Amino acid sequence: MTPLLSAHGLTKTYGPRIACAGVDLDITEGEVLAIVGESGSGKSTLLSMLAGELAPDAGEIRYRDREGRVRALGAIGPAELRSLARTDWGFVRQDAAQGLRMAVSAGGNVGERLMGLGERHYGNIRACALDWLDRVEIAADRIDDPPTRFSGGMRQRLQIARNLVTAPRLVLMDEPTSGLDVSVQARLLDLIRRLSGELGLAVVIVTHDLAVARLLSHRIAVMRAGRVVETGLTDQVLDDPADAYTQLLVSSVLAA
Amino acid sequence: MSDARTFGTDAHPSPRLRGEGRDDLVVGAASPKGDGEGGAVGGAFSGELPHPRLPPLFADDDVGKTLSPQAGRGDAAYNFAYLDEGTKRMIRRALLKAVAVPGYQVPFASREMPMPYGWGTGGVQVTAAILGRSDVLKVIDQGADDTTNAVSIRRFFAKTAGIATTTRTGEATVIQTRHRIPETPLTEGQTLVYQVPIPEPLRFLEPRETETRQMHALAEYGLMHVKLYEDISRHGHIATTYAYPVEVAGRYVMDPSPTPKFDNPKMDDCPALQLFGAGRERRIYAVPPYTRVRSLDFEDHPFTVQSFDRPCALCGAEGHYLDEVVTDDAGGRMFICSDTDACETRREGAQ
Repeated sequence: MTPLLSAHGLTKTYGPRIACAGVDLDITEGEVLAIVGESGSGKSTLLSMLAGELAPDAGEIRYRDREGRVRALGAIGPAELRSLARTDWGFVRQDAAQGLRMAVSAGGNVGERLMGLGERHYGNIRACALDWLDRVEIAADRIDDPPTRFSGGMRQRLQIARNLVTAPRLVLMDEPTSGLDVSVQARLLDLIRRLSGELGLAVVIVTHDLAVARLLSHRIAVMRAGRVVETGLTDQVLDDPADAYTQLLVSSVLAA
Repeated sequence: MSDARTFGTDAHPSPRLRGEGRDDLVVGAASPKGDGEGGAVGGAFSGELPHPRLPPLFADDDVGKTLSPQAGRGDAAYNFAYLDEGTKRMIRRALLKAVAVPGYQVPFASREMPMPYGWGTGGVQVTAAILGRSDVLKVIDQGADDTTNAVSIRRFFAKTAGIATTTRTGEATVIQTRHRIPETPLTEGQTLVYQVPIPEPLRFLEPRETETRQMHALAEYGLMHVKLYEDISRHGHIATTYAYPVEVAGRYVMDPSPTPKFDNPKMDDCPALQLFGAGRERRIYAVPPYTRVRSLDFEDHPFTVQSFDRPCALCGAEGHYLDEVVTDDAGGRMFICSDTDACETRREGAQ
């Protein structure tokens, strides 16, 4: 089966600095892929390229759309790319303030994509927003509060609801749990695992936290200095790392 | 081939660029026509033109007629309608594009006007660009002909263009307005010029101008409904009462400037040409005659206009847009028609 998204030889440089060099990866529906690595290893740049927000200097990204056609991301026009980003893809950002409209109520945040698709019935939008807030465990009476009044964990859950409301097929997550305390992290991870399983989502999650990768992902790609140094099944890579850098990374984790 | 560095007069084929015939540009200098007015413009542009695309500004015999009695005398040597002809052509080009693409915001090189931003610099520039000698100008501010801004702009054009002005909607060919659309139905051949403070309907939803332009280009207007959604969730109904977003000709979403939503239905299928000028923001947009203008709404919360629970205290008519006027410092107030011309006409008819 052709993968939902496949990248070949993705390269991006910022002047003399290499952010990504020759990255290959595939992802299929229902699969969670974790990209791990230390800060500055090119994880976020890779994610931006996968999201179509950043054009790679070299390499190609192919996406299989809902009609089953495999298309190169670079060949899709800006209008369709934006429409794909609104319907087929989700992007959960590290900083919720970038992924949410902070001045707009939670209900409006969840409903925005629906209204963008042409939904013009207030009652339906409201009902859908309530349903999704319930699914991400946000109390119904908070629907009219802006995210500025939400805690960090709630903001991330609201971001997830806002992205999943149009039933996307691919969700990209950039360090969704960083900056949250461990109990809130655990709840969020439970939620992501449950929803991705229920909805058969393909998820690419960027994290520097190996525990997050182990809990969520099926496969893992380890990045260092813009290159993927090791890739494989999560348990395999974390329990029996082959690459020297992965061994270092795994051994650096503090045991609780 | 001649030496490119020649500084002789041959390098400048135009008498104007050579500086010939410019004596009469000096204010107060004797006009070659000896009639005391209009000579300046005629003299300056006679002979060969500096640019092959620029036709003469006025035929010689028009000059005297196009300038107001004050123009060319003393310190008041204005070109017709204050702006120079090049600027007016630039604005007209923007206007043509705006009319061709209804609701699209066309950038233009807004000029510094002799009035502060926010007082209608955009509307004044559009009016200046479209005025002709035979036009009759009406200016309203909040529907009233007698407020400071309306009176000043009317006098401005009476002085700089020497055109006739009126307060009667029916008599006017060009109507400049800040907030209201006159109650008297507009007709073909009339032009309504709006003064617009913020032309971008998405401004307070999406602060990045690069992003809002993309959204207009791709007709991504979901965000506009987010604003209306927020209104309903907070107030139980769409609480936006002015600058209520409209969709023009089934394509662009447009801010009708600070007009109350009461007037939105008048924009739809209007026989008059509607032009919008935003001076500070440097944007011009337009709604051509007989164009569909639809106010955005939800299926279960349809667009409605304001209604008033009392008649006008002066003319006694109901169903018109009313202004609240404080009459003393003891809490006294009255509600009167915002459109002074319509109100007066009704009172005259009653007598």
